[in-house]
Amino acid sequence: MTLAATAVSRRNFLIGSASAVGGLSLGFHIPDVLATTPSAAMPPEVNAWVVIKPDDTVVIRMARTEMGQGSLTGLAQLVAEELECDWSKVTTEYALPGQNVARGRVWGSFVTGGSTAIRGSQEYLRKGGAAAREMLIAAAAANWKVPAAECFAADSVITHRPSGRKVTFGVVATAAAGMTPPENVTLKDPKEWKLIGKPVARLDTVDKTNGKQIFGADLQLPGMLNATVRACPIFGGNVKSFDEAAVARMPGVRKVLQIDARTMVVVADTWWQAKTAMDALPIVWDEGPNIGMSSESIAATLKEGLEASDAFIDAEVGDAPAVIAKATRKISAVYAYPFQAHATMEPMNATARYTPQKCEVWAPTQNGEAALTVAAETAGLPVQQCEVYKLHPGGGFGRRAVQDFVRQAVLVAKAIPGTPVKLLWTREEDMVQGPFHPTSQCKLTGALDDEGNLTALRVRIAGPSIAAHVRPEAMQGRKDSGVFHGLSLTDADHLGYNVDNLLIDHAMRNLPIPPGYWRGVNLNQNAVYLECFIDELAHEAGVDPLVFRRKLMTKHPKHLAVLDAVAKGIGWETPPPKGVHRGIAQFMGYGSYVAAAAEVSVTAGQLKIHRLVAASDMGYNVNPAQTVRQVEGSFVFGLSALLYGGCTVQGGRMVEDNFHTYQVMRLAEMPAVDTHIVPSGGFWGGVGEPTIAVGTPAVLNAIFAATGKRIRSLPLKNHNLA
Amino acid sequence: MVRLTINGVTRDIEVDPSTPLLWVLREQAGLTGTKYGCGVAQCGACTVHLDGNPVRSCLLPVAALTEDQKITTIEGLSADGSHPVQQAWVKLDVPQCGYCQSGMIMAAVGLLQRNPKPSDADIDAEMTNICRCGTYIRVREAIKLAASNLPVTPST
Repeated sequence: MTLAATAVSRRNFLIGSASAVGGLSLGFHIPDVLATTPSAAMPPEVNAWVVIKPDDTVVIRMARTEMGQGSLTGLAQLVAEELECDWSKVTTEYALPGQNVARGRVWGSFVTGGSTAIRGSQEYLRKGGAAAREMLIAAAAANWKVPAAECFAADSVITHRPSGRKVTFGVVATAAAGMTPPENVTLKDPKEWKLIGKPVARLDTVDKTNGKQIFGADLQLPGMLNATVRACPIFGGNVKSFDEAAVARMPGVRKVLQIDARTMVVVADTWWQAKTAMDALPIVWDEGPNIGMSSESIAATLKEGLEASDAFIDAEVGDAPAVIAKATRKISAVYAYPFQAHATMEPMNATARYTPQKCEVWAPTQNGEAALTVAAETAGLPVQQCEVYKLHPGGGFGRRAVQDFVRQAVLVAKAIPGTPVKLLWTREEDMVQGPFHPTSQCKLTGALDDEGNLTALRVRIAGPSIAAHVRPEAMQGRKDSGVFHGLSLTDADHLGYNVDNLLIDHAMRNLPIPPGYWRGVNLNQNAVYLECFIDELAHEAGVDPLVFRRKLMTKHPKHLAVLDAVAKGIGWETPPPKGVHRGIAQFMGYGSYVAAAAEVSVTAGQLKIHRLVAASDMGYNVNPAQTVRQVEGSFVFGLSALLYGGCTVQGGRMVEDNFHTYQVMRLAEMPAVDTHIVPSGGFWGGVGEPTIAVGTPAVLNAIFAATGKRIRSLPLKNHNLA
Repeated sequence: MVRLTINGVTRDIEVDPSTPLLWVLREQAGLTGTKYGCGVAQCGACTVHLDGNPVRSCLLPVAALTEDQKITTIEGLSADGSHPVQQAWVKLDVPQCGYCQSGMIMAAVGLLQRNPKPSDADIDAEMTNICRCGTYIRVREAIKLAASNLPVTPST
């Protein structure tokens, strides 16, 4: 994948430091927007999405970010399906956010999050491919002086049906670029798809196996300096003073900067020099108002919220409190979910070059347009004088939806005009600054009739709102619908159970710790809360957990279908092997229906997850091979949080600052996963996140089956299962 | 000044000898395929080979190395991506974001050099690198695929 849209001139730079070990440089295209000579050799753009070179290579432009989820390949499949090009000739490149602004947002949204890459852009991408195909056909027909209706395209070849004449896309691409785009295009019926739904290999694998893939942290620009950053580790604290003289003469050090009230930066020739100097830099922190904050004080705040009268009501059916008050059989439980760090493998970074005329940023970001806005605001320049070049991120998981690292890099670059500076965080900075998956608590109460039917369910969530942090003005005094994700009766992602008396509400308790979108976001805890409590109710009713759920799901056939699929896959009707126990869960999120079943054993307090079965209905499935990988990856992310995840607050700061204290799942703990993709058609759901919701409750319910213990808080490392 | 043998070439490098090998590879040698993930030898993204054995380079000062020790990075594993482990990785589409995969591949090659037919338990014990995308199932499969394609006597 090259880095730039071809609308911008390029120059071929040699990157990599050749000085010490000559000959190891790596030829690499980076865009040089300062070069003004238009290149005559630039291949024609048929439309914004499709560039076709004379050798028939098809370049498909991407606005969304490839961060591992495989959507680069899936999005290209959507365009190529309608374009009727030869898939083996397809390559991709990122569209430039600045060009998007200049061209009236021709590429639409750059947001890569919320499992929207496919479902949020499938229609205009397919139309883009179809429009380009029509223009190529029109160009060929005009050349042959025949009606376009007599021609068709397949495998990058246009054929005139009556005469059998043929021409390849590459030959007519320049002429096609001059054709008037069709006003309307007819998209294929899904039954006619040849590429959508096929498990084609990823387009970006080879460079990820030989060291050639350039991630943000790998970028080298001529004359570049390196920087690292340290912000006050205490939430709400600031820099009081620092002793620049102590490090100013250390090897390679160029600058020691305080870039804002809470953040220090050291700039040096190499990153290791910058990091070494930062470690040595004496900084005195102004601790601020939160120095007494701890996990315990936060838990007390949330606990108060569980009973408080100020709450935003979401789902309300019948009169749950009254039915519960009168019920003779009822149970109640309080669950909690801790803070989580994203811990992307590649720490946050961005590279910036600033002059009074131009600000350029190279960044691994989940939102190129937001990065551009932040760059322009920070630089104090019009957006038209800024550009962002996206680089592949080493993981996103929602962390790179926030552009704080772009702001920091531009602030540093402004202090050294004309010199590119790469700013890279340490792992420790990454872990203690957040933003974090927010903590929350949930109290659930359910009433059962004499036959063990659920007659009323009351759910109170207490915790922060991410939206209130991200958009404080807009959210002032307002409900955050996001906190009810998967529990709503009105959202697209709705509850899969019918309960005659239901009340679900949220006591918003915002904290001085920045909350952020973390793969799966609110689905993670909501699925644990609901699906573990449903299991508790089934146990109280003396009914099999699958049977108990099925009785409540008669009006939700799609939820039920995936639940039944995992029940069948795990062999729910037959007894498990000796010592092995099962759990099950279902949920809906990001437009998709998902379920999981788990087989675990607990021996002398040691948990082993033997097997997970997943089922997923995303409506239309673009690439089943990549979907299987997303399901497996979702389990790893969610189960890492279940087993180990949890950021502890002490003295107003996070305790866990690297992988030795914030542990994650490793290969030895990975269970077998059996993924059933059951797309029922007629809608487009996401696949990158939904499954994360169901792995954890399925395993927790299996642990109950194995031990009789209800684990109501994460992580498991804090519990004794013996 | 240190003298290092990287991917078969012995070179003098102007650097503070206390600098970890990872950063000499990335910043002086221009070999950015080896990644920084944690800096505390936990995640394995910085795995390279020292005389054929996988080591975590983020805590290893170059002062501890001599020119006789052969350092191999992902870039030096093969000239053209033809190493059986790389081929297996491509065949099974193992990488997702890809950031940890250089380290994963170097760890897997190290395992197979010592143990050409590893059991699941061997793979569990040796493959301790962290992947946040969750490629573990494919990593295991690719190691087995590569093992099935390796010559009976491993080359060193």
